[in-house]
Amino acid sequence: MSVALETGSGSRAIGVETVGMTKAFGNLVALDDVSIRVTPGSFHALLGENGAGKSTLVKCMMGFYQPTSGAMLVNGEEADVPNPRAAHAHGIGMVYQHFTLVPSLTAAENLVIARTDAPRVIDWKAERRALSAFLETTPFKVPLDVPVSGLSAGEKQKLEILKQLYLDQRFLILDEPTSVLTPDEADEVLGLLRAMTEAGDLTILMITHKFREVTAYADDVTVLRRGRVVGSGRVRDLSVEDMSRMMIGETEIRESAERTAHQQAALKLELAGLFADDDEELPAIEAISLKVHAGEILGIAGVSGNGQSELIEVLSGQRMLKDGRIFIGKEPYEPERGQMDAFKVFGFSEEPLKNVAVPRMSVAENMAFRTFDKAPISPFRGWLSPPPMRRQARDLIAAYRVKTPSTEEPIENLSGGNVQRAILARELSGDVDILIVANPCFGLDFASVAEIRAQIMDQRNRGAAILLVSEDLDEILELADTVAVMSEGRITYQSPMAETDRATIGHAMAGHH
Amino acid sequence: MADTTETPGIAVQSGMSNDLLERLRRSSEYVVIPLLALVFSGVLFSVFLFALGKSPAEFFSHVWRGGFGTSFSWQNTLVRAAPLIFTALCVAIPARLGLVIIGGEGALVLGGFASAAIAIPMIGWMPGLPMLAIMAFAGMVAGAIWIGCVGALRHYRGVNETIASLLMFYIAVSILNFFVEGALRDPSDPNKPSTKPIGSENMIGVIPGTDVHWGLLVGVLLCGVLYLVMNRTTFGFAAQIAGGNLRAAQAQGLPVGRLMVVSCAIAGACAGLAGFFEVAAIHGKANASLIAGYGFTGILVSFLARHNPLVIVPVAIFLGGIAASGGLVQRRMDLPDATVLVLQGLLFLVILVSETFYGRLSIFKSKGAAQ
Repeated sequence: MSVALETGSGSRAIGVETVGMTKAFGNLVALDDVSIRVTPGSFHALLGENGAGKSTLVKCMMGFYQPTSGAMLVNGEEADVPNPRAAHAHGIGMVYQHFTLVPSLTAAENLVIARTDAPRVIDWKAERRALSAFLETTPFKVPLDVPVSGLSAGEKQKLEILKQLYLDQRFLILDEPTSVLTPDEADEVLGLLRAMTEAGDLTILMITHKFREVTAYADDVTVLRRGRVVGSGRVRDLSVEDMSRMMIGETEIRESAERTAHQQAALKLELAGLFADDDEELPAIEAISLKVHAGEILGIAGVSGNGQSELIEVLSGQRMLKDGRIFIGKEPYEPERGQMDAFKVFGFSEEPLKNVAVPRMSVAENMAFRTFDKAPISPFRGWLSPPPMRRQARDLIAAYRVKTPSTEEPIENLSGGNVQRAILARELSGDVDILIVANPCFGLDFASVAEIRAQIMDQRNRGAAILLVSEDLDEILELADTVAVMSEGRITYQSPMAETDRATIGHAMAGHH
Repeated sequence: MADTTETPGIAVQSGMSNDLLERLRRSSEYVVIPLLALVFSGVLFSVFLFALGKSPAEFFSHVWRGGFGTSFSWQNTLVRAAPLIFTALCVAIPARLGLVIIGGEGALVLGGFASAAIAIPMIGWMPGLPMLAIMAFAGMVAGAIWIGCVGALRHYRGVNETIASLLMFYIAVSILNFFVEGALRDPSDPNKPSTKPIGSENMIGVIPGTDVHWGLLVGVLLCGVLYLVMNRTTFGFAAQIAGGNLRAAQAQGLPVGRLMVVSCAIAGACAGLAGFFEVAAIHGKANASLIAGYGFTGILVSFLARHNPLVIVPVAIFLGGIAASGGLVQRRMDLPDATVLVLQGLLFLVILVSETFYGRLSIFKSKGAAQ
């Protein structure tokens, strides 16, 4: 093929191509005749919704899966990749969404042990010299002698990439590499990678769902939907609208709800100096004080792991409050059942099967968590009657368009979007005064994301006070009336949305304030 | 995968009958897997018998005759089943909360001891029925406190409930020994250290026409009541949520600690009742005979019944039958008494392994489930 011809001029980058790659798991065809071509020295973006087949494709390329049919070409020659080691031998490496470094070892140690040919006895002096020489050749700068646990997320991600370069992988697959980075870190890392591809040192295939990163850094793009290639081309020839239409297809996406104006709303939820520890009994959140008014969405932005999950746990009764008070409408509030009902506090979060649902219980039962001890499901104190529970479930399933074979299906058998919709039905069908939401759209498809965000906005317009914690800055920018930034367990920045912008919030997330 | 909403309300058409069918299909899994496990452990045990040079066919026919073949063996079986029902409930109720309590034997021992001890000052002047009521109450309270402590330790201090309940069994035995060999020893019985007998006139009689004491009937009724408690009350539902996902229960503001302690206390009361019946219907006094292993066989019963109180009754009778046949097997096949224990052990092991198959076999899954 022509790919081989393009690799001339001393360029070290390699090109990879898949030809008619198909992968079936039982009856489910995860990849259907997928052919993509990543030319040497290009920065190629792989777009698609969750479940579109992106991970399956790269796992086939890396040798984690064997494709049912189809072939892979490396620099124009057919390559057999029975396992990841074979992929590495071809110069193909992958950087995963989550770090794979050993936290207690230094950067230098992590690099050396990653080598497959590391000797039994390591001559550290010689290795250090070799490492320094190697680092001279790359634009990435990472402190070598600090344990990895002491590095920032951006530095860890750079080290992951360095590791692949050190192993001389010249075709890098990046799986949503910026999901754990601040916007500034993301720009830095992608910028450096872009420069290396331009120099012909590297080829990149990046899985992403952020259009911003595609338009700013990628040369080419391939869009997958339901296991098929639905579009590809030069990024500069395509608009964001083109790409999103390819990704979503004909599915109707709910318009984002309009934001109605409120005037001088009453103070609803007040957090006064909250302190709590994490599981290792180290301070996780410190002196969190926030106010949320009726009809307001307070968005808390921040890079994952800065105390947001602990804050949500404290507010929903999953973690002990060490100090501080929660007030609702000036009255002290404890997250226990009676008060949740009295103050009409509701909430939902990412990974509902882990956080707010019981996987093995049925859809009907999961939908009844808020109502099982009240009439009509509990006609008299202590008693529980299943028929009204199933009736309630059938109504909610219809109203919230939950796709389930029956009310008795264990909720774990539903797809992610439908689980979240079932939980939404449970939490939003009543009269909501306070809503506590954490990463509600994490890992969901476009249709569900639009639906869920519109529902949140509806509740705001109805006058609910909403605390929204999200690691997705775009979500905060779309929904919040007021934005606060959480960094190292503290609120480091707060501003009305009208008076701030992405860059300012991004800087605050990185700890510059 | 296909996670869109082009067909709104697709599920609504599935009416009542469909729901019922679904539930049937789902529950068939809970029948088939334990039955297969039973058969498989029977096969394994046959291999064991072959290795000893004995005939499995002969063994199983002895088990049949010794446990279920005659009305005499049936009664023997039922007498052994009664305490198993109670001790199995001691495992089944906390299991709803995800707690694995294996120290029911301790609650049984203490329950038996407490009911024998409280009877001592009443012997001779108190009429039988109120005395038995007080004894039963004392036994239940002792068991409830014992296992309730395990639940409290788990919730408030994070102590592993399985280990704690097992170790507390040894403490319970020591408490029994301390008193029956000391302050409460009946001096008129020189052979076996025991408490003073409650007197044969005060003991619980048998169900008319049989040799089986009333404990069996109480156990069956208790299973029905606790089935309703766990499946038709808000308490049972809350316990199920907490057992299925602790974080979800907390997010619903459910009183997780109280649920744990109360469930454990109910469990302990059941085992305590087993101790009471052993004293009031069998031994007439508390001594080391209380430590007969019913608490431990109860674990097996509960697991085999998948912690369902209604299924506990037949399973307890089944295992009671195996235990009852031990004597016959010993006499006829020249096998040691412990042979049936080997069978029980194998059964338990296979049952534990079979737990991993739930939800894995596609024939029990509904076709419509969107994965």
